[in-house]
Amino acid sequence: MTLFGHKAPLTAQFGLAIVAIDLLVAVFGPWLAPYGQSQSVGDTWGAPSAQMLLGADQIGRDMLTRLIYGARTTIGIAACTTILSFFIGITLGFTAAVGGAWADILLSRLVDIMLSIPQLILALIILGVFGSSIPVLIVTIAVLDSTRVFRLARALGKNLTVLEFVEVARMRGEGMWWVISKEILPNAMAPLVSEFGLRFCFNFLFVATLSFLGIGVQPPYADWGGMVRENAAAINFGLLAPLYPAIAIALLTVAVNLIVDWLLSIDARPSGAQAEM
Amino acid sequence: MGRLIATRAGLGLLTLLAVSILIFVCTQILPGDVASTVLGQQATPDALRVFRAELGLDKPAYVRYFNWLFGVLHGDFGRSLTNQRDIIEELVPRFANTMFLAAYTALIAVPLAVGLGIFSAIREGRFSDRLVNVVTLIAISVPEFFVGYLLIIFFAIDLGWFPSLATVFPGMGVGERFYVATLPAITLTLVVAAHMLRMTRNSVLSIMSTPYIEMAFLKGLSRGRVVMWHALPNAAGPIISIVALDLAYLVVGVVVVEVVFVYPGVGQYMVDAVAKRDVPVVQACGLVFAAVYVTLNTLADIAAILVNPRLRHLR
Repeated sequence: MTLFGHKAPLTAQFGLAIVAIDLLVAVFGPWLAPYGQSQSVGDTWGAPSAQMLLGADQIGRDMLTRLIYGARTTIGIAACTTILSFFIGITLGFTAAVGGAWADILLSRLVDIMLSIPQLILALIILGVFGSSIPVLIVTIAVLDSTRVFRLARALGKNLTVLEFVEVARMRGEGMWWVISKEILPNAMAPLVSEFGLRFCFNFLFVATLSFLGIGVQPPYADWGGMVRENAAAINFGLLAPLYPAIAIALLTVAVNLIVDWLLSIDARPSGAQAEM
Repeated sequence: MGRLIATRAGLGLLTLLAVSILIFVCTQILPGDVASTVLGQQATPDALRVFRAELGLDKPAYVRYFNWLFGVLHGDFGRSLTNQRDIIEELVPRFANTMFLAAYTALIAVPLAVGLGIFSAIREGRFSDRLVNVVTLIAISVPEFFVGYLLIIFFAIDLGWFPSLATVFPGMGVGERFYVATLPAITLTLVVAAHMLRMTRNSVLSIMSTPYIEMAFLKGLSRGRVVMWHALPNAAGPIISIVALDLAYLVVGVVVVEVVFVYPGVGQYMVDAVAKRDVPVVQACGLVFAAVYVTLNTLADIAAILVNPRLRHLR
């Protein structure tokens, strides 16, 4: 595969293949899965067989089926989270860059405070107060993650607002919203896109980690982090059950990292992105 | 320089204060009226009023904040909702356990990461350097629990060298404590050391492109000698602040690893409390983690000021 005339190296091709497979599984999961999501078809941690390629889980559900449905939940939540996070982060970041000094100071200090506690700890506090459900999970992670997006968007916006074409648009009397969406956003697109890959990867791991801790996606939904937790006891009998979902998680994150590595090597980031480092 | 360090320390304190406000707002203000949640829909207005007065909820938010802060500074974190025990009694031994695990990890991770980082900078571009690079990239991108379970399967189940559960109890011998905590410490090491190693390698290599290093090469010195005697002293500053920052990250990594190995630390306590929605405990643990994190970050900055003369003057 080529992009802008650059051929993907072997590592990036591997990454793209894994991501493509995962996305296909996530979208067409229910048609691919041999059994139902919560259907018990075998013995506890039953051995792999022709009917159940990866064996059964802790209450006899087909492991492969759970993995396929899990792709849907985990990747779906991570995608929703990242999109919401970018929406919040970009809107507020550009507002801070284009709007007045007060908006900038207020938003920036708030973000500084939020960034001075580890994200996991803040997420645990919020989930402890509100309880864990999928909407709470998505909003919590999105808000926490948007602080990173805010920083990047604000830096990009600051660098772009001083350019002539933005000045011209303002003098024409265009409103703030028009300036942001028509003048700044298109020019900030490239660095935001490669950031999107990284943030997706981070959120995906974050959702998986929270579910693994038992405070993310709740049963009966299949999701990869939760599956590791549910099957953890199998390890004491020398069974590999918790490793399958863990491998699925690891493969996807490594794949996305390989692709982002390649993208970053193509596009030596344009000016605005440097401020984020 | 003294003034600069004092300023940084003061900024750290200010951050802690802001963080405590944030945690207070999240746990006390956002959930709304605790009294009607606890007593339910059928509670009479009188019962609600008495209960609110009992919890101090009838006072304005800022008074409640200062009361809470005053209590926390005197070691009063309140009582757990689930078992009515004093939180501080549970928290202290667990905090000691967590710090023990973190210190043990640091003891392994820091020499390993810095050593291998320098080694891989000396052998830049060779096979051993590339191998280290790939391994660390993988170690960074996989979740902590994956590494943890892999190690359990290999070292605890297959080889039987270490126990798969890191059970620690009061009155346990120091040697046994180290033995039991080895697998969790190795797991954390793999996660933290990878990042430290890459940054160490990069900061040594960034010094390698300066003219005075070229001069050293032109004198005919070997690559190993140039790195050790010429590049390293100047790379020490960034390396020290990276190590300190990664130790701060370690405190977070502890949460997941404690759950994997069922290690009785603050992380496990907090996760249990979140699952049971025991807000006072969550609040206390969150505050402890935040305080450790902010303190280590502040120390990292101060260390950077001490090591790098260029940071000593305000611009």
